[in-house]
Amino acid sequence: MSDRVAALRDAYGEALAELGRTNERIVVLDADLSPTTKTSIFAKEFPDRFFDVGVAEANLISVAAGLASAGKIAFASTFTVFGVEKGLNQFKQSVAYPRLNVKLVTTHGGMSVGEDGSSHFCLEDIAIMRSLPHVTVILPADAIETKAATKVIAEYNGPVFMRLSRPKTPLIYDDGYRYEGRDLDFKIGKSLTLRDGKDVTIVATGLMVAEALRAASDLVKEGIDAGVINVHTIKPLDREAILRAARGTGALVTVEEHNIIGGLGGAVAEVLVEEAPVPMVRVGIRDTYGESGPWKELFAKYGLTAANIAQAAKKVMKRKS
Amino acid sequence: MVPFNEKKAPHDEVLVKKLNKIALSIRRDSLIMTTKACSGHPGGSLSSADILAALYFHHLRHDPQNPSWEGRDRFILSKGHGCPALYSALARAGYFPIEELWRLRKVGSILQGHPDMKRTPGVDASTGTLGQGLSIGIGMALAFKLDGRDSRVYVLLGDGELDEGQIWEAAMSASHYRIDNLTAIVDFNRQQLTGCVDRIMSLEPLADKWKAFGWQVIEIDGHKMKQILDSLDEAEKVRGKPTVIIAHTIKGKGVSLLEQSFLEGECKFHGTPLTEAELNKALEELHE
Repeated sequence: MSDRVAALRDAYGEALAELGRTNERIVVLDADLSPTTKTSIFAKEFPDRFFDVGVAEANLISVAAGLASAGKIAFASTFTVFGVEKGLNQFKQSVAYPRLNVKLVTTHGGMSVGEDGSSHFCLEDIAIMRSLPHVTVILPADAIETKAATKVIAEYNGPVFMRLSRPKTPLIYDDGYRYEGRDLDFKIGKSLTLRDGKDVTIVATGLMVAEALRAASDLVKEGIDAGVINVHTIKPLDREAILRAARGTGALVTVEEHNIIGGLGGAVAEVLVEEAPVPMVRVGIRDTYGESGPWKELFAKYGLTAANIAQAAKKVMKRKS
Repeated sequence: MVPFNEKKAPHDEVLVKKLNKIALSIRRDSLIMTTKACSGHPGGSLSSADILAALYFHHLRHDPQNPSWEGRDRFILSKGHGCPALYSALARAGYFPIEELWRLRKVGSILQGHPDMKRTPGVDASTGTLGQGLSIGIGMALAFKLDGRDSRVYVLLGDGELDEGQIWEAAMSASHYRIDNLTAIVDFNRQQLTGCVDRIMSLEPLADKWKAFGWQVIEIDGHKMKQILDSLDEAEKVRGKPTVIIAHTIKGKGVSLLEQSFLEGECKFHGTPLTEAELNKALEELHE
């Protein structure tokens, strides 16, 4: 992991503009937040293919559905809490149910929104979206993965929800989507094992992947060999990788910037309970709404740091049979 | 050769007579379908039967032999619960066999309780949760403009549906984008699920509301075939802004039992089918 930082949303905006140059079918919609979701980068270059519907999220989603049903690849963006929750029935009925080619890509997910406070957090989007049939749910871990993911979902024909974040965060990958000298492919539904371990596996998504890697490095000092899997696609979940980790290390920690109810932890638990019950501990926001503050301080207060993850790893290892 | 691209034919007595006859069939089908299904929405199907006959058998450019033809006009039944009338129009236009109508709302049927674009040939949008059809239509209209297509979009709205905030989000954006390749039609039968529109949630002054949102407004008697046909043509000539046809209709139109029931403030035929005995009596009324 490098010391460089970048915002996922910047990478998204740049990827959209690149896509726009080669694919006429790409259209982008926003709800009066384009400078901050970074769809403005596309809008500036392709004003005819950009539609700002104003502060009207229900309309945003259904207009995107109409564009998609007439052959367009429609990217709709706003903040996560508004896109997922103010347009939810629209997304379910007019996008997910008929499997239309709409990509709901929302920024400002989770708690890393920071100072704006709980009205602007979204800590339940994974639970909501993964319970909708036909919907692919993606949380990239850094800006480089965001760029790769944006290009892949544009090629995929069907509804996608992708959650991005506000702050600049550490780059996990090297430019061109490489990790420790390996070239990577972003494959929907295929997780990435970033570190092999023997004692415990940390299964993380989104911004928490960086914290998970940090925790694994810290655990080495205590003689614990922890593996790290980046589950960038929560639905469809990479069951094989989860089961391999469960059987290989006998204990799992899930880590997400989301309520511990129904998100990555829930998805992993569902697989384990049915196929390979091993001890598991969830790291996430413990069923509360949060508050305003700088995001790193909030992560510390609400238990989303490398130290919390390392602690959870040690705790779960004690339960190994 | 496109079977129902007959927009240019004169709105003469022959045409009006033909379309009125089709509207009668749509009414009969809608009542039989809902009675057989033991559920469904007869009242609002009957109020929109004439509009659907005008669209599917004269005005719309479409091809029942090729439901996914890209050059077709699009029709969205935003008031999705009125789908028995739509299904009848589609079947009689040739999208699927008439016999399918009698399987409405049955397990495995292509005809769902509310319109489903993936299951029913000819259905252009999945609706049923009110308020979304106009927005979907705007998306289609924008796509046609981007692609330089001359297809038009038609959206049929219920009056109760106009309580939904999203309708007005859509209304605002349609005029903002100067969408003139979309025509909205309001089936203004003045009754919603639990009673009279004026009592549940006042809509008036309805025409002024649409005008204030930047729309061209045409008001018609939604059961006078020539007025329907003329208004659809007139809407097409409007440039630089969207047009809404406010069609004054009667819920349960054509069947005295239903008309009288709604007139007396009962709402049961909004979402309750006729009994076999009521149906037989109603069908006697639905003849030329």
